[in-house]
Amino acid sequence: MTAFRREGRARVFGDDVNTDYIIASRRKRDSLDPLVLRQYLFEEIDPRFAASVRPGDILVAGKNFGCGSAMEVAVTALLGAGIHAVLARGFSRTYYRNAVNNGLLPVICDTTRIHEGDSLDVDYENGLSVRNATTGETIGAEEVPGIMLDILSAGGLVPYMREYGDFRI
Amino acid sequence: MAGKTISEKILSVKSGCDARAGDIVICRADYALGTDGSTPMALDYFEAMGGHRVHDPGRILFALDHYAPATSRHTAQLHRRMRDFAAVHGIRLYDVGEGIGHQIVVESGRALPGGLVVGADSHAVTYGALNAFGTGIGSSDLAAILMCGQMWLRVPETIRVTLHGRLPDSVYPKDIALALAKALGADGATYQALEFDGSGIETLDLDDRLVIANLAVEMGAKNAVFPADEKTLACVKHSSDACVTAPDADARYVRQVEIVLDALVPQVALPHQVDRVEAIANAAGRSVQMVYLGTCTGGRVRDFHQARDVIKAGGGVAAGVQLVVTPASREVLETLARDGTLADLISFGAVIQAPGCGSCCGTCGAIPGDGVNVISTANRNFKGRMGNGAANIYLASPASCAAAAVRGAIADPREIQ
Repeated sequence: MTAFRREGRARVFGDDVNTDYIIASRRKRDSLDPLVLRQYLFEEIDPRFAASVRPGDILVAGKNFGCGSAMEVAVTALLGAGIHAVLARGFSRTYYRNAVNNGLLPVICDTTRIHEGDSLDVDYENGLSVRNATTGETIGAEEVPGIMLDILSAGGLVPYMREYGDFRI
Repeated sequence: MAGKTISEKILSVKSGCDARAGDIVICRADYALGTDGSTPMALDYFEAMGGHRVHDPGRILFALDHYAPATSRHTAQLHRRMRDFAAVHGIRLYDVGEGIGHQIVVESGRALPGGLVVGADSHAVTYGALNAFGTGIGSSDLAAILMCGQMWLRVPETIRVTLHGRLPDSVYPKDIALALAKALGADGATYQALEFDGSGIETLDLDDRLVIANLAVEMGAKNAVFPADEKTLACVKHSSDACVTAPDADARYVRQVEIVLDALVPQVALPHQVDRVEAIANAAGRSVQMVYLGTCTGGRVRDFHQARDVIKAGGGVAAGVQLVVTPASREVLETLARDGTLADLISFGAVIQAPGCGSCCGTCGAIPGDGVNVISTANRNFKGRMGNGAANIYLASPASCAAAAVRGAIADPREIQ
């Protein structure tokens, strides 16, 4: 399914990256514009990230990505920087939900053998999988559950609601 | 077939389906809260979805709590937009100074036993103290609720947390919550519910249970639910609408955790992770320059009473310590003003901030300076959380925070009382 195809360069983070680390709460006080917020991505834990991020980059993290606040700018600021997929060993539930609702592909998989700069290819053929073109390894990913697959396929909750007007399972 | 947990039962009623862990169900929430932190984005999504009319405005409430009061022209305009939207659509808006949305949900009787209440803020898990299913959502989900009144939820598996015995003196519900965070870890309950039981619950008042439920999201939990008892019903304003929900005897749990309250000692979460928890005695002596009393975890009347008593017993606040106080709501502030606590706190040199989220996430109020050690009654200590990544945040009970205020350093509150 083309809605799930993502190719890009791995940008690697560790475990328990909370939403305040992705984008500080205080930044949304001044602007909600993803193109403004992208300048402050990961400023507390990787101050050089915002200047080095390239459209198409794929975030790679350990466990519990997006823990903490449910603030949705932690998703839209990544999209503003041209990041359209996050691979992690696990996500907080609010981050996973917000990602799906905005068409940011959240992929739950074993990320331990992915390194900074690896060339990744995420695709959906007989299930979601990640190919690491740098190492040649293919990594199986967890299935996206029912309604979330529909919302992602629609391109996010806005197009989904425009089409259906309510939720269908 | 196995029986059901409290969460499975509530979601069965709210979805009209036989909801079992792992199922995805469509529900109608009793109430949905939007804050000034989340609602402006939700209104953008609502417009992008083609929304014109709010589906059921009586089930929505807005709270201006994250920027209370507005700290910039931009935040003032966010407030203005929310006020205008609320007026046009007939939504109840709690303005600047009324308090934290979660506290208002509880005080106004919107969180009821057996209810489903969601909030566009992660600490909506707090409502589980009242035997409700409370969980956090994002702005886009709130927009969908404004559009159609519905949301989807994956029915969570449940971890049963059994509380035995009674807390010793100087040990508080915050210490239970921190000990649980240490036991489970920051993702130990991800996608799952916590359900409390055991003889220890009857020793905890509703305000105590709110503290514990509030911290559940720091373990990744989707919700945290207490059983309802006489104490719950005594606090519920519209008790005729309550639908007290108990688990079946043969309900299925994915994990069982036991906590013996009598054996607990005061705890502290070290910078910069909520699950980096130690007995406070192990961190004693580290200097503290700012003490923060407030938030949806530790900003209720009882919290300020506990802190006041310790500071009084200790003879006041040490030189060089800034004591910052933010009541969780106007109702809390009024009570503190009536019963003399506010005057005591002012006499200790406290800075009193408007009811709301205050300094918790650095969006308004006092911000710590570089290298400052803060000890706080809040729920998060991430680097930069209070608006400065060069500060260090420790989390502890109101009594432990007060002990640090007295000593100018982290201290075991049992040494002061």
